[in-house]
Amino acid sequence: MKRKEIKKVIIIGSGPIIIGQAAEFDYAGTQACRAIREEGVEVILINSNPATIMTDKQIADKVYIEPLTVETIKKVILKENPDSILPTLGGQNALNLAVELEESGFLKENNVEMIGTNADTIRMAEDRELFKEAMERINQPCAESEIAENIEDCVKIARKIGYPVVVRPAYTLGGSGGGIAADEEELITIASLGLHRSRVNQVLIERCISGWKEIEYEVMRDHNGNCITVCNMENFDPVGVHTGDSIVVAPCQTLADKETQMLRSASLSIISELKVEGGCNVQFALNPKSFEYCVIEVNPRVSRSSALASKATGYPIAKVASKIALGYTLDEIRNAITKKTFACFEPTLDYCVVKIPRWPFDKFVYAKRSLGTQMKATGEVMGIAPSFEAALMKSIRSLEQNVFSLMDEHLQSLPNAELEDRLHVVDDRRLWVVSEALRRGISADKIHEITKIDLWFLDKLLSIIEVEKAFAVQPIDRNLLLKAKDFGFLDKTISKLSGKTEEEIRALEEEWNIHPVYKMVDTCAAEFDAETPYYYSTYGIQNESCAKSDRKKILVIGSGPIRIGQGIEFDFCSVHSVWALKNMGCETIIVNNNPETVSTDFDIADKLYFEPLTEEDVLHIAQLEKPDGAVVQFGGQTAIKLAGAIEKMGIPILGTSFDSIDEAEDRERFDAILNECKIPRAEGRMVFTCEEAIKAANELGYPVLVRPSYVLGGQGMHIAYSDEDIVEQIGIINRIAQEHPILVDKYIMGTEVEVDAVCDGIDSVIPGIMQHIERAGIHSGDSISVYPAIGVAKEMQELIVEYTRRLAKALKVKGLLNIQFIVKDNEVYVIEANPRSSRTVPYISKVTSIPIVPLAVGTFFGKTLPEMGYNYGLQKERDLIAIKMPVFSFEKLYGADVNLGPEMKSTGEVLGVARTFDEALIKSFYGAGVHMIRKGRVIFTVKDVDKDEALPIAKGLYDLGWTIYATPGTSDFFNDNDIPTIRTNKIGTGTPDILDHITSGKIDLVINTPSKGVAHNRDGYKIRRNAVECGIPCLTSLDTANAFLTCARHVDTTQLSVIDITKVSTFLNFI
Amino acid sequence: MLENGMTFEGTGFGDEHDVLCEVVFNSAMCGYTELLTDPSYAGQGVVMTYPLIGNYGICYDDAESTRPWLRAFIVHSISGAASNFRCDVDLNTFLKQNRIPGIQGLDTRAITKILRESGTMRGMIAFRDHFDIASMKKQLDAFEMESYVPVVSSRESKIYGDGPIKIALADYGVKSNIIRSLVKRGCTVKCFPYDASFEEMMSFSPDGVMLSNGPGDPKECVKAISELKKVYLYGIPTFAICLGHQLMALSQGFDTYKLKYGHRGINHPVKDLTTNRVYITSQNHGFVVNGETINPSVADIRCISMNDGSIEGLTYKNGKVFSVQFHPEASPGPLDTGFLFDEFIKLIGGSRL
Repeated sequence: MKRKEIKKVIIIGSGPIIIGQAAEFDYAGTQACRAIREEGVEVILINSNPATIMTDKQIADKVYIEPLTVETIKKVILKENPDSILPTLGGQNALNLAVELEESGFLKENNVEMIGTNADTIRMAEDRELFKEAMERINQPCAESEIAENIEDCVKIARKIGYPVVVRPAYTLGGSGGGIAADEEELITIASLGLHRSRVNQVLIERCISGWKEIEYEVMRDHNGNCITVCNMENFDPVGVHTGDSIVVAPCQTLADKETQMLRSASLSIISELKVEGGCNVQFALNPKSFEYCVIEVNPRVSRSSALASKATGYPIAKVASKIALGYTLDEIRNAITKKTFACFEPTLDYCVVKIPRWPFDKFVYAKRSLGTQMKATGEVMGIAPSFEAALMKSIRSLEQNVFSLMDEHLQSLPNAELEDRLHVVDDRRLWVVSEALRRGISADKIHEITKIDLWFLDKLLSIIEVEKAFAVQPIDRNLLLKAKDFGFLDKTISKLSGKTEEEIRALEEEWNIHPVYKMVDTCAAEFDAETPYYYSTYGIQNESCAKSDRKKILVIGSGPIRIGQGIEFDFCSVHSVWALKNMGCETIIVNNNPETVSTDFDIADKLYFEPLTEEDVLHIAQLEKPDGAVVQFGGQTAIKLAGAIEKMGIPILGTSFDSIDEAEDRERFDAILNECKIPRAEGRMVFTCEEAIKAANELGYPVLVRPSYVLGGQGMHIAYSDEDIVEQIGIINRIAQEHPILVDKYIMGTEVEVDAVCDGIDSVIPGIMQHIERAGIHSGDSISVYPAIGVAKEMQELIVEYTRRLAKALKVKGLLNIQFIVKDNEVYVIEANPRSSRTVPYISKVTSIPIVPLAVGTFFGKTLPEMGYNYGLQKERDLIAIKMPVFSFEKLYGADVNLGPEMKSTGEVLGVARTFDEALIKSFYGAGVHMIRKGRVIFTVKDVDKDEALPIAKGLYDLGWTIYATPGTSDFFNDNDIPTIRTNKIGTGTPDILDHITSGKIDLVINTPSKGVAHNRDGYKIRRNAVECGIPCLTSLDTANAFLTCARHVDTTQLSVIDITKVSTFLNFI
Repeated sequence: MLENGMTFEGTGFGDEHDVLCEVVFNSAMCGYTELLTDPSYAGQGVVMTYPLIGNYGICYDDAESTRPWLRAFIVHSISGAASNFRCDVDLNTFLKQNRIPGIQGLDTRAITKILRESGTMRGMIAFRDHFDIASMKKQLDAFEMESYVPVVSSRESKIYGDGPIKIALADYGVKSNIIRSLVKRGCTVKCFPYDASFEEMMSFSPDGVMLSNGPGDPKECVKAISELKKVYLYGIPTFAICLGHQLMALSQGFDTYKLKYGHRGINHPVKDLTTNRVYITSQNHGFVVNGETINPSVADIRCISMNDGSIEGLTYKNGKVFSVQFHPEASPGPLDTGFLFDEFIKLIGGSRL
């Protein structure tokens, strides 16, 4: 039964999206908040991430978008007096914070009880030594290992265990700072880093069991001791690759019942010993040649895997875990899918799911692509089908990387010997390398020998390849075509293989009656009647998705996997559009393929199709559902790209038309509009070849901005300073398979300003203007963004508003419009306009309390903005400052350059909200994990052209008492200008050189402005990488450095408040 | 073809010959070896709801009896590769060797839904290029399930183990793991045929009696029911599983009835009413004890199904007999209720004092 004394719960969110901690916690947190509130319990939420759905006022009673630090949480607890704290929903971050709060005695002093899983359990699961003891008590084997707190011990232990060894730092997320060491030299490198990263300066040196099968269990337990397993999962990639970077299949495929039950029983006995109350993830390594296994790790909380397990089975782990935390037992909680059975059962699947990670290597072309114990993926996709083949093919095309099958053209030209070498490389392309090897007749046994990938998986890849090959040797008949479709081949792939056109293939499908049917994900393999409309496609005889509806049916296209440039902001917009459409009486149908998100929760839309977002997949759904309209403006570029195809299907696009979208994207058409509206923009050209680009650049004069059209997040965008830069740029752009033209623009260096507007076809409402701290040239997603635009003159703001309204009208925008401007010398230029939702919509909605997405949806149905209560034009500014700070994951991406530019690199963001600019800025730095101090040690290395500008920053820091280290050039310049510095050697010019200082652990900040151009500036690159790997903030823009200085000046004297954002609309609520 | 006339087309595997059977579905995602060799499936055509079958081949060690008993195996697709370090033979070959037909390439979810809605049905699997639907239907209509206990029960009395505790096991189609579970706990197990008399069993002077699982309608086991009356009166510690549980209930005058589509899977939650704990169990039964006919002065309901509330376990008032509808010996399925064998041993220990 629910515990009556629980009335007010504080929930800690997971903070910004970083590698290893992504949208899954928004999904879990949102589900949990709803589950708790429906029990009449008040929810206080604290999360620094404004792009999340969980920080909406509809989700929690009180929302604090504040930095996730112990100090802030203490303030919120003192203000709100909650009786309980639920720490298991915000990932590792929240768990660590909760343990710190508990250990300091603060929770006890304030009568706050940790509910769900308690601190003892967390410690037992997280502390390597305690965990090992617990496992010994219940005879669960762990890989032989020992804890070390210094390098000497690491070496000693490794000698005892024998190389290779795995290094795992304690208390870090995503295996950050860990790795496999083959010898002593590697061990020292990896372990030094690991010791540094660990919150408690501990690393575990462990026997290396790479090559074993990696198996995961998702387990639930209540306080009565009832335990169930929700799902088991098997990694395609054997132990050695982080599970977040592995292709994962659920349920396990290659285990007989004996192995399955052995590991299931082990999971239950572990969760019972740890006394977890809620959900828990257990990871095992299983020797493929025996029953020998060992426990790799246990996470006593919801996780990426639990999100995947929830979506794979339909079992809402976060919801059930929350009910358990409130005191319910599993047999008291209803199965939300069947509504007839209880949560106390184990889901059984009649399909299989395949998850493939989405890596950011398209963004970080210089980053090392190898995969190991350090997770590198930013997101993931999932495919559901009754066969492994189809589930795999669905997830491949869901990645949106212009690859639709196991065929990769780049590998086809590789000589055999090189291909065989590549089999030894573990990176993101392994699936395709293995497939190419199989295609060329290299035996599965040999590939298994090298990769240790189970023969079952290899056999499945082979069966896909057999279908590929069949098209070459035999004419298409019904059986072959049906088999190819059943295995997940797109018409477009079949067309390529068979030489027939896509139209011909479609005609054959029509003739032979080959059409997909949709089956339900129901947790019980059809044993019970289920009502939850969660579907996937397959080729069978019975369709379960009833297309009848008495309401208007609207198709909402989701945003696919989380990647740099297209994060959860777009899921936020999609989900809000679904809710708004429901409120307008529509039946909503969402299509998406991302298992981490709220939008793919089964109770968001009226119907969920968990399917890839390609033209063909969407067309099939549309043919069945015959929707009255489709919404594409909330799902980022993924959805926009489908607009043309959807319109061609005869389904009206709600809001801004496809033609208007094209008008904004197409260079020439957009220029014409701007001319007509008399809005200036940087001069530019549209080109198709490298030669044309060089010609254009020389006509415009360097520097120029080079970028492909039709991409998001400035992908492939760079500032070019020379012809050589252009050549390199175009090379990179072409790697991302470019069908659209390339844009070359004159680069204007001014203040960048961003506007989100809602337009009803008549005029626009502008909720607010945001100003970027960094000057133009740094991607808007990577800039610190300030609302309101306090640094932009009134007249300029008026001009911006005027241009926005003009442009909205000219583009006939209905719904959302995002425009980026540059303000320079009393002139406003348009950079680009996107008639769709943007990254800033969630944040600006929250700080202005203007329901931007619902307003946009209203305009789809002919409502004017004044009818909905908003006057045209710029809305009144709120009495607060909100500063959005980007957050990066550079430490996870070995080799990635840290310097900021026009291509987006951040993975997430935090918000600082306060009454003053300084306070908001300090909060946002804290939120982003930058430890703000009044004085410390800084290294300065700036390029010559920046030296004058760097001077006042150096002076400012010096005046605050900072010690300044600088390389000779910078040092001389500062000294000449009366700023004393400690002169340090350039890299490799005598010890200690600048890198020695960085790795010494005494440096608090690095300010490095990179030389322009893409040609690798080796020294600067090394400095930046070393800083990042040592966890030292590294600022590459003097604007950011200036902001840092402002904070340093005020950090000691500024009292940080905590603000309930849900109350902002009426009055500000300070401590 | 199902008895309602619906037909489904697929591809054959195993030993391709026509069979008539009772069509049931099982929702387990692994453990097909155990399932194939479980004598309780005698006469049935089993539809696997999980679509990928045969992935790890057949491991002889996992067999629950000496051969597969089911009539036909109906799956979405069988695996080409049989990948497991213990694999002895692939599924297709195994079925061929044992003359069991299989059919794949069907929309098994559609069939499952039909069985769920219309209840368990008779079915026919035929291998042809051209089908004579009318004649198939005729054969199907004429088909009646025979009684399978006499077929699967072992003819001779075999002895397993050499532990100090002597158990007489009534073999109605016993799964090997029931015997293994007892032997592991220090028992010597002697198996008696399904129609063995009380006196025959007692001639072994057992410390306890184990009533096994088995196929079909319990009411057909008339002899066993009357013998069990004597077992009960005698008051010897007795543990009964599945069919054994139903037979003991019938012997005490309780009734059984046929479930619409049975419980077959390894994810069935059962609540132990004495502790309020819920366990996930392995189940395989088409019949259950009717809860309304249980005489409260004779037995208490100990366990119920969390899915449909049906009776899953009884404790008899003589203090010597307890029984469960599910399979604590697992194989396949969760090992959560293995402690019931410990309870049985404890009960025997108590009776010796």
